[in-house]
Amino acid sequence: MDALSLLWWIPALPFLGAAVNGLLVRNGQKGLVTFVGLAAPGASMLLGLTAIWQYATGLAPEPLRQAVYSWTVGEMSIDVAFRLDPLSAVMTFVVTVVGFLIHVYSVGYMGREEGYRRYFSFLNLFMGAMLLLVLGSNFLVMFVGWEGVGLCSYLLIGYYFDQEFPPEAGKKAFVVNRIGDFAFLVGMLALFASFGTLEFGEITERVLAAPEIAKAPYVFGLSLAGFVTLCLFIGAMGKSAQIPLYVWLPDAMAGPTPVSALIHAATMVTAGVYMVVRTNVLYQLAPEISLFVAGIGAATAIFAATIGLAQNDIKKVLAYSTVSQLGYMFLAAGVGAYVAAIFHLATHAFFKALLFLGSGSVIHAMGGEQDMQKMGGLRKHLPLTYPTYLIATLAIAGIPPLAGFFSKDEILAGAFAGHHHLIWGVGILTAGLTACYMFRSVYLTFHGSFRGSHEQEHHLHESPKVMTVPLVLLALGAVTAGWIGIPTGLWEMAGFADHNVLHHFLSPVIATLPGVDTGHHLSHSTELLLMLVSVAVALGGWLVAKRLWGGERGLAADRTFAERLPFVQRLLANKYYVDELYDRVIVRPLAGLARGCWKIVDTLLIDGALHVGAFVTELTGDLGRFSTTGNIRNYALYFFAGVLLLFWWMIF
Amino acid sequence: MSTSFLDLLLGDTITRFVFFPTVAGLPLLLMRRAPAATVKIYALVVSLVELALIGLFVVGRWGSTGALLARDAVLPWIDLAPLSVVYEVGLDGISLPLVLLTGLLLPIVLLGSWNGIDKHWGGYAFSMLLLTTGILGALVALDLFVFYVFWEVMLIPMYLIIGIWGAERRIYAAVKFFLFTMAGSLLMLIGILWLGWTYGRLTGVWSFRYEDLLRLELPIDQQLWLFGAFAIAFAIKVPMFPVHTWLPDAHVEAPTGGSVILAGILLKLGTYGFLRFALPLFPHAADRLTPWLLALALVGIVYGALVAWVQVDMKKLVAYSSIAHLGFVMLGIMACDLVAWQGALIQMVNHGLSTGALFLLVGMLYERRHTKKFEDFGGLAKPMPWFATVLVFSTLASVGLPALNGFVGEFMILVGTFKAGWRWFAALSTVGVVLAAIYLLKMLQQTIWGPITREENESVPDLGLREALTLAPLCVLMLWIGVAPKPFLEPSRPALAALLEDYRSRCAEPAPDEPLLAPARVSAGSPTFAAGVVDQEAGR
Repeated sequence: MDALSLLWWIPALPFLGAAVNGLLVRNGQKGLVTFVGLAAPGASMLLGLTAIWQYATGLAPEPLRQAVYSWTVGEMSIDVAFRLDPLSAVMTFVVTVVGFLIHVYSVGYMGREEGYRRYFSFLNLFMGAMLLLVLGSNFLVMFVGWEGVGLCSYLLIGYYFDQEFPPEAGKKAFVVNRIGDFAFLVGMLALFASFGTLEFGEITERVLAAPEIAKAPYVFGLSLAGFVTLCLFIGAMGKSAQIPLYVWLPDAMAGPTPVSALIHAATMVTAGVYMVVRTNVLYQLAPEISLFVAGIGAATAIFAATIGLAQNDIKKVLAYSTVSQLGYMFLAAGVGAYVAAIFHLATHAFFKALLFLGSGSVIHAMGGEQDMQKMGGLRKHLPLTYPTYLIATLAIAGIPPLAGFFSKDEILAGAFAGHHHLIWGVGILTAGLTACYMFRSVYLTFHGSFRGSHEQEHHLHESPKVMTVPLVLLALGAVTAGWIGIPTGLWEMAGFADHNVLHHFLSPVIATLPGVDTGHHLSHSTELLLMLVSVAVALGGWLVAKRLWGGERGLAADRTFAERLPFVQRLLANKYYVDELYDRVIVRPLAGLARGCWKIVDTLLIDGALHVGAFVTELTGDLGRFSTTGNIRNYALYFFAGVLLLFWWMIF
Repeated sequence: MSTSFLDLLLGDTITRFVFFPTVAGLPLLLMRRAPAATVKIYALVVSLVELALIGLFVVGRWGSTGALLARDAVLPWIDLAPLSVVYEVGLDGISLPLVLLTGLLLPIVLLGSWNGIDKHWGGYAFSMLLLTTGILGALVALDLFVFYVFWEVMLIPMYLIIGIWGAERRIYAAVKFFLFTMAGSLLMLIGILWLGWTYGRLTGVWSFRYEDLLRLELPIDQQLWLFGAFAIAFAIKVPMFPVHTWLPDAHVEAPTGGSVILAGILLKLGTYGFLRFALPLFPHAADRLTPWLLALALVGIVYGALVAWVQVDMKKLVAYSSIAHLGFVMLGIMACDLVAWQGALIQMVNHGLSTGALFLLVGMLYERRHTKKFEDFGGLAKPMPWFATVLVFSTLASVGLPALNGFVGEFMILVGTFKAGWRWFAALSTVGVVLAAIYLLKMLQQTIWGPITREENESVPDLGLREALTLAPLCVLMLWIGVAPKPFLEPSRPALAALLEDYRSRCAEPAPDEPLLAPARVSAGSPTFAAGVVDQEAGR
């Protein structure tokens, strides 16, 4: 089978599944819903994996472009086309594999839900849109996927639509994302106006052929590349929850947990990182914006990590952790370590999906409870969830040889090599905090003794196989995913040939520009030293967590902290009051302006003037009425006066 | 043997589908005693036949490479030397999409008014059919006098629809609608007469034919006055800020069908007027005033969106959203770029589809709950899942979600505007995209999501078969245009390209000091209709 010629079926199959489940299947046919809901992304995964295999083992892996049809005509001719190259291959791998496992898990987790069919229809729709996003050959197809995943996010966050909060959270997500999309759109306009195309391949080629076009001044003292990359990055800020547009992601946890795992951890939120790497040729020409990207990433990474330290809702901890890790990825892309960004994106997809699914299993066992203050000692009751969650925690904390270690290390090495020492420092600090808050969640949830109600304790049980098998498989990924990117330095030091597979595979998509220095190299000893530092910091974070929350200590440390530093504790627990700030500074003034437009401009000024005009007309009419007396002699007089006037006019 | 009007009416002509609704609708006025069902079915059949007439006429001429698809034989109408008015109608790629939309919306509106209209159904249906004649006539008129007559014909049935079948404050709304529109059209009438008179001064014979008047080269001050007269008439119709306040009142008071036609098509006559008449007839004036009109369009986009956001009445929210959406259309038209024009034209259709669907949905809700206030709704997705699905779908189309129709128009308008050098206008109007999400999702939030707070909402019936039938064609088109817009964009392109080329070449030459008459243009890039004639004569 030639899977490459069937490329467009990879996104099309999940769309088909969504349509079948959404329009044809009825609510009662649960078995059928499950079959369609799994078969569509499953087939898409198999096709995707085959295509990737055939592509990667092909003789000359040139980017493969497949145009399906032409979307528009004339001056703005854009194709609906797909592109398979190393970057989209990695993304497709992550999206289909993690996505499929989460679909399987959902069968168990959502099994008793009334909206089971709706859930699977939306989840399939999401897969289709996400694959459109990563496989699109131009910005337009990417944007369709980009907004499509946003829509699915909206619908799935608001899955429990008959409650007050979830739909509100969905709306917030959509609107905040739209703010980013607005910038994305403007960036696209500038690109199209300058290059006359939105194809990734063509734009890259033209920029490589004539970098001076992209470096020419455009607006605000920015070059074209600077303006476009800034716009695109603002788009990424929305989708990938970076400062200042991250506020929607924690609220997005109102959706079902598998949704949080798939959309709000593993795939959709990483789209911004993917986009930055996809347009790396432009970012390389805009060093000032790249630095800005790295700065925002670093700031977001540490900012979210501090909040994560003070959250008690297990999903909120993971949400802020996601924001923080996404910051890490942008940090990498900003310092020019594009491969490291994608590497971390891939490993993160495995361990963060695993963490969310693990938390789902916990919540499932706790009968819907998400507050870690009521948990504790669950490892006895959840013999499979516990070890897998622990593996994921070790992976995210950066303990070798698990996945997170290698990807995080490569990011830090990249920052250090680029002489961004401050950013490296923030990264290292964040790594320590990450280990700390993640192990806090492990200790509070699984260790110590149970703090919930008697009823909850009685109800505790391990989840069914359909949920635990995906956990185990993802755990496998969380352990091994890092091995595809073991740094070149380590291979060399150990005396082997370089097997940094990921690096070799991805290098064709990273543009090499004359005069742009990307090949920073560290000496082996520095590299090793950096590795040791990051491992030490991770272990340090773990130890601190163990000292504070380990064993039977429970929440004592949190209480002491709240007593000693009430201000800081409140600040963290309330997420620095950013939501409140936005409400006061943006939302309310805007609503006031809108009301002013309506009540003052529309009603008072425009209609007021109109009514005054109408009143004057009526008054004139009334005056006229006095003269229309109905008396025939008066009319004769008017007539006579008129005739006189006419004569006068004719004579003179 | 010369053709008579009757020949046109009975032949395979534009005239036939323009007048068919009114002629076939006349019996409705006599069916006072007939059972309601008979009246309704008769009217529906008439509307479906009308759709078929339009469809067959267009299909037969599809794929014509020329700008003009068809033109009826020209008939003398008023012949009082030196005044001569002819009856001349034609169909080109610019009027085609709107003609098709009109044909599509007519049966949908009648079906959608099935139970909502509870008195004088026959009279209501006849008003709709007469209105259709007015709309179609204005869209195909190739003589400005004929255009003006049809333009006024639209006014009366709409006035009656709001005034007789409207809600509580219907008289206020109807009068407001009438006066606003009338004020504008009187200015336009003066402009038309001035043009005809000027043509007469230069040639000895008055003429109102579009083709003739396009040859007039006027000094800039005259152009500015005349453009102003036309622009005010059209701007009121669009409506543009600040002459928009009749619209929310008209929509809130109008019955559902009236709102659908009003938003779906009537407003587009304003934007169509700019594209067809105001710009080509007075290129220099339009060119000079472009930044101002772009600014007004931008204000409309942001202002309409902001005010929509704080509405407490669902229908009023949709009404204000129309102002924002039409702002995009105006932006595209004034950008004077082919991509932007294509976008503006398709956006007119898109707005008709998605806003039409939204008004139908509001109407369906009103028939069930007798209220349009947000505070009375909430949680309706539970009792009405299909209603909620269609509402979400139409709302997303209106928001401009890619892969649905709204995005196509908006995107092309923005690309064209940006490309044409109006970067700031394009970038700033993108704010409207954000605001659209805010107010439209607010609408969803307050109607279908959340817990049910009122007992009455617990058992509201979901969509029935008739209602599903009215909405289905709209939904199909929203998706189709969004996924594969190319076939919908293609037929209009030659006409728009010819119009734009002519507009640009005329702008490039300075305006004369005295009125002049340019020679009739016959080259391929000349005015839309002349180009079409060449094609026809060449036997293509």
